[in-house]
Amino acid sequence: MPLNQALVGKAYPAVRYEVGREKLREFAVAVGETDPIYHDEAAARAAGHPDLPAVPTFAVVLSLRAGQVVYGDPDLGLDYSRVVHGEQEFVYHRPIRAGDRLLASGKVAAAAARGRHELLTLETEITTEAGEPVCTVRATLLSRGTAPPRGSGA
Amino acid sequence: MSPRVDPAQVRPGDALPEVAETIERLDLVRYAGASGDFNPIHWNDEVARAVGLPGVIAHGMYSMAVATRMVTGWVGDPAAIKRLKVRFSAMIEPGQTLTAKGEVAEVDGRRVLVRFHAEDEKGERVVGKGEAELEL
Repeated sequence: MPLNQALVGKAYPAVRYEVGREKLREFAVAVGETDPIYHDEAAARAAGHPDLPAVPTFAVVLSLRAGQVVYGDPDLGLDYSRVVHGEQEFVYHRPIRAGDRLLASGKVAAAAARGRHELLTLETEITTEAGEPVCTVRATLLSRGTAPPRGSGA
Repeated sequence: MSPRVDPAQVRPGDALPEVAETIERLDLVRYAGASGDFNPIHWNDEVARAVGLPGVIAHGMYSMAVATRMVTGWVGDPAAIKRLKVRFSAMIEPGQTLTAKGEVAEVDGRRVLVRFHAEDEKGERVVGKGEAELEL
């Protein structure tokens, strides 16, 4: 089933996320990041961070949660079993850090056919609860074989 | 929060120190738990084969994270990283070694653009078209 292109631009309700130190350490261990600033508060503070910073790709954790809201929209028509990850982009306003209380809101930024496949771009805006911009995440997914046949007008 | 790299000393063509990681299945299980991405194609061979894969494959985001270690290791301060972008261009399976390579592409005052990729043992690009915009 083709993606519903009428949903391009639709914004979905924000997901709340409270950033804990142990979660940041767990993620840093999982990606093999051994720099003490990601593990030890004293090292982070000595480097000028108010608390433990997240490794840069940690923002994907919030993007995944916001994405679940979008992909779960039955109107979108996304079959997640057909999806492969095409591109990923992070635009940082500042590092995520322990103690942050964040909001992550997803929207469908683009949906377009490319040959037999379709490309779907999910954009997640991450801010603090007070509205400070933190990170913009763009994930482009390839939905294999779901493009409408050419000339079908679908 | 001062970066390790002095922008006055950075020149286009400077290579970043490479980062290599041999990917084990345990790494993928650990990454699934830490990231919340529990897609079974990253930890269950039966499911992976049922959708036409040779077996489990690494999360694209795990490969991107390994490649990003090269950038963080070079620059030091994560606050210096303003933008990261990659394209996922091939799959990599456990047992394979992923190697991240990159170099300085542009220098404009304190703004530095690094282009990078991560390749498997055959030199095939798993992570391609990597760009890191830094402010040193």
